[in-house]
Amino acid sequence: MDRWLSKVGKVGTWLDARLQVGGTIRDTMAHPVPRDTASWFYVFGSATFVLMVIQFVTGILLALVYVPSAADAWQSLQVLNHQIAFSWFLRAVHGWGSNFMVALLLIHMSQVFLFGAFKYPRELTWMIGVGLLLLTLGMAFTGQIMRFDADAYWGLGIGASVSARVPFVGSWLVGLLLGGPIIAGQTLSRFFALHVFVVPGLLIGAALVHVLLVVKVGINEWPMPGRLVTRKTYLARYQRQVHEDGVPFVPDAFQRDLVFSALIILVVLVCAAVFGPFGPSGRPDPRMIDIAPKPDVFFLWMYAALALLPAELETALILIVPVVAIAALLLLPFISGTGEKSWKRRPFAVLVVVLLASGFIALTWLGLQPPWSPSMTAWSGTPLPPRLLKERTPLELQGALVFQNKQCRNCHALGGTGGDRGPPLDNVAVHLTRDQLIRQVLQGSGEMPAYGDHLHPAEVAALVSYLETLHPPHQPAARVSAASSGSSP
Amino acid sequence: MSQDESSTGLPVLQHATVRSAPGPENPTPKPPVPRRNFLLRVGIGLSALAGAAASVPIVGYLLSPLRNAGKRDWVRVGALSEFPIGETRLTTFANPSSEAWDGPTAMVPCYVRRMANDRFQVFAVNCAHLGCPVRWFPESGLFMCPCHGGVYYDDGSRASGPPPRGLFEYQWQIRRDELWVRGGVLPTLATPA
Repeated sequence: MDRWLSKVGKVGTWLDARLQVGGTIRDTMAHPVPRDTASWFYVFGSATFVLMVIQFVTGILLALVYVPSAADAWQSLQVLNHQIAFSWFLRAVHGWGSNFMVALLLIHMSQVFLFGAFKYPRELTWMIGVGLLLLTLGMAFTGQIMRFDADAYWGLGIGASVSARVPFVGSWLVGLLLGGPIIAGQTLSRFFALHVFVVPGLLIGAALVHVLLVVKVGINEWPMPGRLVTRKTYLARYQRQVHEDGVPFVPDAFQRDLVFSALIILVVLVCAAVFGPFGPSGRPDPRMIDIAPKPDVFFLWMYAALALLPAELETALILIVPVVAIAALLLLPFISGTGEKSWKRRPFAVLVVVLLASGFIALTWLGLQPPWSPSMTAWSGTPLPPRLLKERTPLELQGALVFQNKQCRNCHALGGTGGDRGPPLDNVAVHLTRDQLIRQVLQGSGEMPAYGDHLHPAEVAALVSYLETLHPPHQPAARVSAASSGSSP
Repeated sequence: MSQDESSTGLPVLQHATVRSAPGPENPTPKPPVPRRNFLLRVGIGLSALAGAAASVPIVGYLLSPLRNAGKRDWVRVGALSEFPIGETRLTTFANPSSEAWDGPTAMVPCYVRRMANDRFQVFAVNCAHLGCPVRWFPESGLFMCPCHGGVYYDDGSRASGPPPRGLFEYQWQIRRDELWVRGGVLPTLATPA
C-alpha cells in the first residue's frame, strides 16, 4: 500500500514539475479570506458553478444520442426517454439542473447586490457576472429549442415575431434567427451550434475569469453598516482585515460551499427522479395547430408581460426595456461604486430587489394559469351547471345554446368554468340592461369581437333573453341604464 | 538568476523578459534594433491581411440566410374542389425552399376561405401579435388565438385583442383548377406574407 502511495506521489511530482500548477492550487486553497465570509450567505455562486459543470457533463452525455435534425430530433428524444438505460434520468437532470442553475444565479446575484459586492474594486467581476446571467438565459432559451417539440416550434415563431418588430432590420434579424425565411431544418441546426458550442464556450470562459477575479481581488467582506468604501482606503483596509482577521479559504470557507453544492446536486437528482424529464410535448408539426405554446418557467414572466402590456406600448417596451435593463446592470458599479455597502443602510437597493422579485413571481404565477388566454374548448367541452338552465323559457334555453355554440364561453366563464379572457357573466344582468346587452353583443369592444354580422337577429334575441336571466335570486336584473340613472338628478 | 532547482532535480524555467532592466550588468538601455521592429511590423500587417481575408468568407457564410430572406415561390395548395364555396378550411402546402432533413417542418399550414367560384382568401395561421397558431371557429365565424386572446373576423380583419393588424394573407392564383399560393416566408410584421 505504502509503495503504491509513493508511486502515485512520484507521478504527481513528475507531472507538477512540468505543469507547475501545484503551487497555484496550494496558494489558492490557503489564501486568506475575511473570517466573516465563511458564511452560508456566500455559497450560491459556487453552487451555480457546480451546476454549470453538471450541465456540461449531462449535456455531453445526451449529445451521444441526440440527433440535431428537424426530421429526427423529436424521435431521438423519445429514444432517450424510453429506450436507453438511465437516459430519461440524464435528460431530467439536465432539465432540472437548468432550472436550479438559473434560480441559484438569480439568488447569487441578489445577494451580491444587497451586500454591495459590485462596488470598488470588484466592478469587473460584477460586469462579467451580468454577462454570465445573459449567457445562462441564452442556454435556457436555446435548450428549450433542443427539445424540438410543438412548444419549441411555436416558441421560435414567437421569437421571430418579436425580432420582426425591431425597426428597419426586423426582417434581417428574423432571417439570422431562423437561418432562413422559415422555421425548418436549418433553424434547429443553428440553435444546436449555439447551445452546444458558442454559448457554452463563452460561458465557461467568462465563468473562469469571474472565479479568477474573486480569487485575485479577494472575496467581498461582510458589509458593516457605516463602513464606507472609498477608493483611497479600501484596498489597504481589506488587506489589513484579511491578514489580521483572515482564515484560509480551505477549509474554513470552502466547507460550506462543499456542503451546499452537494445538497443542491442531491436536490436536483431527487427532482429528476421524482418528476422526470421535461417533454417533449407533441411533434414539431406545423399542421397540428391545436396548441397553446408556452415558454419554460423562467420565460413565463415575459409571456405574461406581453399579454398585460397595452398594445400601443408593446413594441417600444419589448425593444427598449431589455436594452435599458442590461445597460443599468452593467453601469451599476460606476453609478454606485463607492460608499455604503450594507443593505441595512441601502433601503432603495432592498426595495429594488423586493419589487423585482415580487414582479417576477407575480408575472410567473399569472403565466402559469394565463387568464388572458381563451379556453379554446370551453364552448364544446364544458357543461353548464343545471341551476343556470332550470326554469328558463324555451327562448332563453335557445339563448344558452347560442352562448355555447358561438364560443362565448371560450372567453366568458359561467358557473365558475370557461375562459377568463372576458368578465364572468353569472351576474351580467345586474350590470347591463337589455339594450346595453344587445349593443355589446352586436358592436363588441376593443377586447370583444362584434357579433353583428355573425348572429341572426333571432339568435341575438334568444341570447340576450338568456343573459337577462343571469342575476342572483335576491337581486333583480337592471331595468334602466346605469349610466343614465346615475346622471339623472 | 534565471534558473532554479526543484525538489525533483528538474530545472524550473523562470520567464524573464529578454531585454533586461537597467542594472549593474546593463548600465544603459540599448536603443531598439530597427530590423527586429521591422519584422514585427511585417508580421502584424500580414496577420491583419490574413484575418481580413479569412473574415470575408466567414461573414459571408454567416449572413447567407439574408440572401433568401424574402424569397417566395408559387406552390400548389390543392384542387379547387377541395375548397367548398362559403367555407374556410385548414390545409397545408409544402415550403418551396425545403431541405431533406426538414421533417414535418417542411409543411406550412394555412386557412383557405372560398367566397365565390374564383374568389379566395388564403390566411397564414400565425397570429399577427406574436405568431401563435390561430384556430377557426365556423360557428361564430371567428379566428381565435390561444396565446393572448387575439380575435379576427372571417375575412381576416382584426376583431379584438392585442394584434396590431388583421391576419397575414398569401397571394393566390388559380392554375388549371388548382389553387396556388406564393409562400416560403414566415409571416411577421416585418415580412407580411
